[in-house]
Amino acid sequence: MSLRLEGVCVDIAGRRIVTGIDITVGDGRFAGLLGPNGSGKSTILKAIYRVHPPSAGRVLLDGADLLTMKPRDAARRVAVVTQEFVSEFDFTVREMVMIGRTPHKQAFSRDTEADQVIAEAAMARTGCEHLADRSFNTLSGGEKQLTLIARALAQEADHLILDEPTSHLDIRYQVEILELVSSLGVSVLAALHDLSLAAMFCGTVYVLAGGRIVADGPPRSVLTPATIRAAYGAEVLVIQHPDTGTPHLIPRRAQPEAGKAAYPEGHLCQPVIAADPLGPPDAS
Amino acid sequence: MDDLASTSAAEAPPGAATPSPPGRPAPARPAGRRRDRTPLPLVLGACGVLLLITMTAGVGIGSVPLSPAAVWHVIASQLSGHPDNTVAGIIVWQIRLPRVLLAAVVGAALTTAGSVVQVLVRNALADPFLLGVSSGASVGATAVLLLGAFASLGIWAISVGSVLGALAAMATVFLVSRQGRQLAPTQLILCGVVLSAMFESVTSFLIFRGNPQATQSVLFWLLGSFGLANWNQLPIPVIALAAVMAYLLAQARPLNALAMGAEPAASLGVDVARLRRNLFVATSLLAGVAVAVSGVIGFVGLVVPHIVRLVVGSDHRRVLPAGVLFGASFMVLGDLLARTIVAPQEMPIGVITAFIGAPTLIFLIRRRPYLYGATQ
Repeated sequence: MSLRLEGVCVDIAGRRIVTGIDITVGDGRFAGLLGPNGSGKSTILKAIYRVHPPSAGRVLLDGADLLTMKPRDAARRVAVVTQEFVSEFDFTVREMVMIGRTPHKQAFSRDTEADQVIAEAAMARTGCEHLADRSFNTLSGGEKQLTLIARALAQEADHLILDEPTSHLDIRYQVEILELVSSLGVSVLAALHDLSLAAMFCGTVYVLAGGRIVADGPPRSVLTPATIRAAYGAEVLVIQHPDTGTPHLIPRRAQPEAGKAAYPEGHLCQPVIAADPLGPPDAS
Repeated sequence: MDDLASTSAAEAPPGAATPSPPGRPAPARPAGRRRDRTPLPLVLGACGVLLLITMTAGVGIGSVPLSPAAVWHVIASQLSGHPDNTVAGIIVWQIRLPRVLLAAVVGAALTTAGSVVQVLVRNALADPFLLGVSSGASVGATAVLLLGAFASLGIWAISVGSVLGALAAMATVFLVSRQGRQLAPTQLILCGVVLSAMFESVTSFLIFRGNPQATQSVLFWLLGSFGLANWNQLPIPVIALAAVMAYLLAQARPLNALAMGAEPAASLGVDVARLRRNLFVATSLLAGVAVAVSGVIGFVGLVVPHIVRLVVGSDHRRVLPAGVLFGASFMVLGDLLARTIVAPQEMPIGVITAFIGAPTLIFLIRRRPYLYGATQ
């Protein structure tokens, strides 16, 4: 099972947004799509889920053309989670997750017991079963994202597209969401903003700039100061994450002298890896 | 399948290197508002009983009061093929029953159209007349009333005029707001509002040029009435409502997906462009038929869908059938009040629907936490 983009180009309103995109996501792999704002990350994802059909190139699922499939059949293979959003309508979490069954249901067909079981399992898997009867609009950003992932699970697709799923979330949910997604055993293609988080979870990353892929490969070899400078026009320091050994990117100020003045010499370089003096939160 | 050399070496199976998700701390917020959904058969049963009560009252109450037993006796004898030619029989069968049935069908049609338009444009303030149907119909009806257009059609002239006006307006909004294959909500709202204003200026111009007496009948028509109801008016609205409702119930799941937004709906396998086109035509058809038989009855298509969602939630498999029954009851009650409050005169029903609709909605909003369009 694999998702492949071959030479995908997308035009919107007569303007070329992305050009010659080649991406492969192998079975059960986690691939990251990185790049500055406006570089075309979302456009590529929308080409896959039919919002912006490509003007050239192909999107292949196990070698078959995804975009000529019936929309329903495609939706049974590829599920999508976008940034958390506000629903105009008042659905409960359970109703929301049940909507994930849409591509599996015929007109007039009822929710069967099997559908209920799938929805309950999806909520249990994402840890939002205690929210089942809550109104979606009352949830926090992280809880909403868990619900949308549960909806994608209820869709029973083996490929998951994520468009900046952690952008508005606090640090706990940023990690928790990506941890959850990477443990699902499905193939994932995710547009991500946080480069260090991407490095922790992605097997392969694709770096976009100006609608083209400028670098791809394992995070360790791609996420270098030179690549980041070329793609983002930003200066970063890259260190190794003490736990995972993956690259961790630290932004640098344009005027480093101004930043130094506020802190004693050497303060910034002390690695802070110490036991939490209060212990883990669930111990108390 | 990994053809790119760069991917094959580096990608480890996910989950292998990462620990299982850490124990989640207790929820930071107290368990919030629960939504317990009443079972649908119970809701439909209650709405059905409500409709029977309001319809019986609608037929029974009037200048000649009739008991519910008398009302049902007349209906039963008519249905069993023994026409009741007493005064009561004629009042029930010839005058009040067709009027009550027409009010019920129009109420159901406007509620259905309103529920769907609110999804189509994803806007809580949308009503079935947003897309230009009513203002176009007004131009047609005004032309009939003031200029004598279609005079050869007799009593059907107003209906024909308003349907033609509605069709013209609907086609204009459709063509102007279309971008490629897409009907985008914002374009629909803007084009609908702007073109409605233009059609209304045409109506105003016709009224301005017309004679005062004809102007009064135009104003009465614009506020809506079931005063001219008869059996011949019923079949077309009933068929339109049945056909559109069958389509919408078949599309109830895609409608729920579309309520999430166009992109989530696309990712759930819905052909969004086609669904939106069909919804546009279906709702315009319902609103146009309603306007043709009863004039422009405001507020029902806006407020009743909200009341229904407050009770049954937003799942269209529940909203649509409950809306038909509740919208019908609401309109029958409104018409009953319109013709009894200032009897022997009749008030335009639009006055009543707004007057009871607005406080009902405000009461429900204040009683239950209603989150329609709320941010958090």
